Amino acid sequence: MVSISRLAKSYRRGDQSVPVLFDISLEIPEGDFLALMGPSGSGKSTLLNLIAGIDKPDSGTLLVDGEDITRLSEADLADWRAAHVGFIFQFYNLMPVLDAFENVELPLLLTSLSRRERRERVEMALSLVGLSDRMDHHPNELSGGQQQRVAIARALIADPAIIVADEPTGDLDRKSAGEILALLRRLNEEMGKTIVMVTHDWHAVESARRVVHLEKGELVDAPAPHAAGSD
Amino acid sequence: MHFLKLVFKNIFRHKLRSLLTLFGLVVAILAFGLLHTVVNAWYAGSDMASAQRLIARNAVSLVFPLPIYYRDRIRTVDGVTAVSVSNWFGGIYKDMAPANFFAQFGVDHENFFDLYPEFRTNPEELLAFKKDRRGAMVGRHLADQHGFKVGDVIPVKGTIYPGNWEFVVRGVYEPRDDTTITRQLYFHWDYLNEEIRRKYPRRAEQVGVFIIQIADGSRAAEVSRAVDREFANSLAETLTETEKAFQLSFIAQTETIVMAIRIVSFVVIVIIFAVVANTMAMTARERLAEYATLKALGFGPAFVGMLIVGESLAITLLGGALGILATFPAAAGFKAAMGSLFPVFRVAPETVAMQAACALAVGLLAGLLPSIRAARVRIVDGLRHIG
Repeated sequence: MVSISRLAKSYRRGDQSVPVLFDISLEIPEGDFLALMGPSGSGKSTLLNLIAGIDKPDSGTLLVDGEDITRLSEADLADWRAAHVGFIFQFYNLMPVLDAFENVELPLLLTSLSRRERRERVEMALSLVGLSDRMDHHPNELSGGQQQRVAIARALIADPAIIVADEPTGDLDRKSAGEILALLRRLNEEMGKTIVMVTHDWHAVESARRVVHLEKGELVDAPAPHAAGSD
Repeated sequence: MHFLKLVFKNIFRHKLRSLLTLFGLVVAILAFGLLHTVVNAWYAGSDMASAQRLIARNAVSLVFPLPIYYRDRIRTVDGVTAVSVSNWFGGIYKDMAPANFFAQFGVDHENFFDLYPEFRTNPEELLAFKKDRRGAMVGRHLADQHGFKVGDVIPVKGTIYPGNWEFVVRGVYEPRDDTTITRQLYFHWDYLNEEIRRKYPRRAEQVGVFIIQIADGSRAAEVSRAVDREFANSLAETLTETEKAFQLSFIAQTETIVMAIRIVSFVVIVIIFAVVANTMAMTARERLAEYATLKALGFGPAFVGMLIVGESLAITLLGGALGILATFPAAAGFKAAMGSLFPVFRVAPETVAMQAACALAVGLLAGLLPSIRAARVRIVDGLRHIG
């Protein structure tokens, strides 16, 4: 599914180049639920951004279903993201002026689906995340957990092959976080979605099938989720 | 459809900011329209000038008269179809108050109104005017302003021609359209000349200007030269020009004021451009994370840029439309407040078009830079941005 080979990335800060990722190689098979862990500044979000196609590496290859997305132009990359990636952000990143229905519908506006088809899909997605009765609610009328569920519905509405989640439970209380993780597990187990999740939360890691640990921009051996315990 | 929905929903996210910006736009577009209407009013006299009328005046200065006998010689110039005379009287009605000021001219009563078809006269009233030595024709605007009606006697105190003069209203002429100025009083030049001959004989038999009607407006320059040649090297050489050029020579004396008004009108637009540009820059900066999210979801930079330009345009066009609508009652109020200072004070279609164009330009330019910035922002940077 995702094949990463010798990926490197650095950022410029003034005249200086600050390396973030060194020589990363990683395989993520289809249907995997991978948790990326590591301390702040370890490069896990950068790696997630590269996998999601919203950032470009300095070197290395990143194949998704055999296609090297590092070679795509900005426009092609935008089309590729629309078709292949679903995003879940820590702070939900919903459009505040749109209601839940309209937020979930957004990615479908880039498709050729009819209005009716879009409506059916959005209703189904919102039903899946348990928000059928909140379709006309705006983000400020929803709790954090509910907003994240809307974001999940938006992430899966275009039926992407891969879902990237950046600290999806980072802004939620324990109960809401549990619900979101359960939802992600369902997407992975029942719908076969490949999920790559960045998290600091060991409870979240327990939902993943696999954990990859990053430190100072390099992959290191990680303890198994069940053995890690909570910190 | 969704694009428009997003644009319109975004407009009023910060209601106070949007309303203040809208208010500023309305005031700016209204001020721009009013100032341009003032400038147009300044040129109203030249706008009603006919291409087929020439004015011959003393070449030295307008304050020097021309002998009346020139009339017959001008008539013989090739291309001339009629000649009339006009003499500024400069009398005071009631007092020196600006509200009581109006122009009075001694004219050739026989043919003056034939040369000015834009003054619509009643044939019976015109005949009565021609028959009465002291008769006068007053314009509709003037008649309404002072309540003059047929039969009234208007007392005027002479300044250039001292004495107490009385003119009997024999008719009221109507404007052909709203560009026609009807704030003047016309009386018999013969009446003026008779009195002058009696009181100041050396000033008699002279007129201010000759109004020359020509058959072909395209020959205006040629006929003007021919008239001036006729009186070259005489004691009173003539300067003949089109009526429009003659009128514009008066406006040229106040050209600096007109230019200042024009500049101020555009400065107002520049200021509101800065206000709207600042509003849009703040708006775009606050929503950088949203734009980055849209780009992450697959929306292109052009869509994001258009969201900002669209919002900027929607605000400015709404403000512009309200400003244009407000211009008409404001102009009416301004005209009423100014009294007779501007006889023709109307919001021209060109002014409305310029107001709309300014609103459009402000909307496009104010949204341009923030939209480029938002379109170019890297997704990862935008997602990190806290609005």
